[in-house]
Amino acid sequence: MSAPTKTHPELSAVFNKDEERVNWHDETLWWIRQKRDKSANSIPEWEVLREKASQIKSNALSNLAGYLVSFEEKAKANGIIVHWAADAQEHNQIVHQILQKHGIRQLVKSKSMLTEECHLNEYLEKQGLEVIDSDLGERIVQLAKEPPSHIVLPCIHKKKEEIGDLFHQYLGVAAGTSDPQILTEAARVHLRETFLTRKAALTGVNFAIAETGEFVVCTNEGNADMGAHLADVHIACMGIEKIIPKRKHLGVFLRLLARSATGQPITTYSSHFKKPRAGQEMHLVLVDNGRTIQMGREDFRASLKCIRCGACMNTCPVYRRSGGHSYHNAISGPIGAILAPNLDREKYADLPFASTLCGSCTNVCPVKIDIHQQLYKWRQVIVQEGYATSAKKMSMKIMNYTLSSPGVYRTAGKAGRWVLKYIPFAVNNHFNPWYKQRDMPEVPKESFGEWYKKNVK
Amino acid sequence: MSRDKILAALRQNQPELVPLPAAMPLERVEILELQAKFKAMAEGIGSTVHLVDEFAAIHPLITARFSGEKRIVSTIKELVSAGIPAFEFDSDPHSYEDVDVAIFKSNLGVAENSALWLTEDQMGIRVLPFITQHIVMVVPLSAIVPDMHTAYQKIGEAEYDFGTFIAGPSKTADIEQSLILGAHGPRSMTIFIYA
Amino acid sequence: MKRVGLFIPCYVDQFYPNAGIATYQLLKKLGLDVTYPTGQTCCGQPMANSGFEHLTQDCNQLFVDNFAEFDYIVSPSGSCVLHVKEHLHTEKSEEKAAAVRTKVYELVEFLVDILQVKNLKAKFPHKVGLHQSCHGQRGLLLTQMSELVAPYFSKPQQLLAQVEGLELIDLKREDECCGFGGTFCVVEEAVSVKMGKDRVKDHLVNGAEYITGADMSCLMHMEGILKRENSKVKVLHIAEILNAG
Repeated sequence: MSAPTKTHPELSAVFNKDEERVNWHDETLWWIRQKRDKSANSIPEWEVLREKASQIKSNALSNLAGYLVSFEEKAKANGIIVHWAADAQEHNQIVHQILQKHGIRQLVKSKSMLTEECHLNEYLEKQGLEVIDSDLGERIVQLAKEPPSHIVLPCIHKKKEEIGDLFHQYLGVAAGTSDPQILTEAARVHLRETFLTRKAALTGVNFAIAETGEFVVCTNEGNADMGAHLADVHIACMGIEKIIPKRKHLGVFLRLLARSATGQPITTYSSHFKKPRAGQEMHLVLVDNGRTIQMGREDFRASLKCIRCGACMNTCPVYRRSGGHSYHNAISGPIGAILAPNLDREKYADLPFASTLCGSCTNVCPVKIDIHQQLYKWRQVIVQEGYATSAKKMSMKIMNYTLSSPGVYRTAGKAGRWVLKYIPFAVNNHFNPWYKQRDMPEVPKESFGEWYKKNVK
Repeated sequence: MSRDKILAALRQNQPELVPLPAAMPLERVEILELQAKFKAMAEGIGSTVHLVDEFAAIHPLITARFSGEKRIVSTIKELVSAGIPAFEFDSDPHSYEDVDVAIFKSNLGVAENSALWLTEDQMGIRVLPFITQHIVMVVPLSAIVPDMHTAYQKIGEAEYDFGTFIAGPSKTADIEQSLILGAHGPRSMTIFIYA
Repeated sequence: MKRVGLFIPCYVDQFYPNAGIATYQLLKKLGLDVTYPTGQTCCGQPMANSGFEHLTQDCNQLFVDNFAEFDYIVSPSGSCVLHVKEHLHTEKSEEKAAAVRTKVYELVEFLVDILQVKNLKAKFPHKVGLHQSCHGQRGLLLTQMSELVAPYFSKPQQLLAQVEGLELIDLKREDECCGFGGTFCVVEEAVSVKMGKDRVKDHLVNGAEYITGADMSCLMHMEGILKRENSKVKVLHIAEILNAG
């Protein structure tokens, strides 16, 4: 597996060169966190609801094979064509084959983090097909030739002036336009034309119901519905962990999803697709891509409960100040940092370390994934599997030797405060990252141990 | 075959069966309180709400509000008149691209988020509630329930080919978190609650 | 009389002896039998949080050897205490380690929950900003967390309210992380510094003369920023304020 060209610390250092922009990014996301708080606080039973959601997901995961079989059976009876994909490549091939069968070369796609994970757009474009993302934020990053920086708010890192420039270049909007109302209207006109002319639409899936074989797609813009209801072929793609047992469980999840994501009481549309409309072909692709492996890792299994609300990103003080792209993975933020190492430990070795383990992510998670505990556990796995850099390994060994023997500790302490050399905030004494922007603590005349010896014993 | 591989891997890796939790208790709320809550939530997300004493009061309000619009369709036959033509089915969904106003009857509204439930048979055609420039929803007061748990209890095991909860006009805040109504779907939503 | 073992984290011992001294004096004032086992070094958290938990065996054994005999183990650091509670295991004496995990307390929780201190005789006539250190708050539940829909409480505030003349300032973000995070502060230097600057700024714009908290590591981080900015605002461990006057 390939190592990334740049790591999270490097990419966030670049992001932090423009402090004003970091402030803006941080404040924007904090505002969404505050909306989430307000919304959650309007539900007195919020914490019970989170617990129920978590337990329903525990049940769903513990019987996932059974639920998938039941879902497939019902979905087929409903007239949906069900496909299974072991990995990203197979998923992309399935989608491609469906389009080929119908001689379709243009696809309109609503938000699906799974297709980002599988890099479907790149794949189809290489085969000469055209994909247009219809979620406004996704369309914007697509025009900018960037990946989304956030799973719910794909272009949260972009300023309206930059979006205006893109729309000027690609959609013919007057130069210098930055009014969100005008820009949104331009996108509406452009994408309506797209919806009306595409024969195939691809959507994601928020929830799939084992009991009925239906699946639910949530959007605010209505883009999933516009695409699906106008197209001859509807392809829905989902990770296998999206299954919930019963229809009534949607009551729990739909109360949590939008409130956690943006503070809205519910998304504008929660569409339940059960059967294709007359004359339409409906496909559903069930994708593994590492999920069955994660299921086998007891410490990390709960990460499969994720309903992709993005609350952990909005609350994460690191995410807010480093931007989604610094995570160099389709899913960024704390949840991305516990999902990514499952797929590639070497490439994503840096991500579990991109956290102070403050625990805020765990507290906002609507399905109560112990995100910060999993970050800690991934660190242990990554080090034990040998992906920690050798420099870090050396300093840790020296530190451990010093700290585990009081004799050495005292001597080192006296001999100019060994801590200055080896404690984490000053690990690298050649080029001390602490001192670049922070002063060192003043060295007192005596340590506590010395004071105690003199004054107490 | 991937299907069998995936299922085998899951059977090997999934934990012991964890039981489902008990359901959330269902709230019982006064109907007037529900009406007030629904209205506040709907207005909070950009819908316009009219509380009317009887069904007959709805028609003139729709005509007054949308008289300037070119293509109006009603899926509610009681509201059809010279000014409000009835919905006519065309199997090509594209034929509805120029609809300005579409009128629907919902039999389930949720007070906690102002979502209204529509199934395909109430839509005329699936695309209509999304493609129309403005959406009008008519819902009896007695159809409003407190929350999503009660809503799904009411939906129960109902058969539908397609169903959706709609809460407000289509919207986006993707550009610097500025809330804009009218993303791809309706630019406005007007709700009539009748006693 | 119950015996208290004083656990002074390595960096407090070396850099902030006054926080340790204040903790010792405060516990003595409250009439406790306090001992500082001189063989102690560190809880092993810096290594474990960096993914080297497997190297902490010797460290853990040393901790157990030093503290197993006490009724209570008290420390002026929420983060180190949380680490001991969650991760202290030894191959040789796991039973003792288990006991240590249950009787280790951060100073504030010890004062509020065990001693139930209601009337501290302390005086500190200054405007003070309280930093909620994450491990103390979210790990040890010293203060209710802003993410949860749950009744508010704050143990450090409960104690600071007993200090004569002290005025606690309000913060715009009541419980955001300062960005220290152990090795995070050097590995992720850019983000860590930015988090520190933002946290300090919240205290400064709201008029703090002192920033306090139950974890010296966060305060050390903020002090590094304050000093670099030539600010007159000082950091003080909460023990030093509770022991003042």
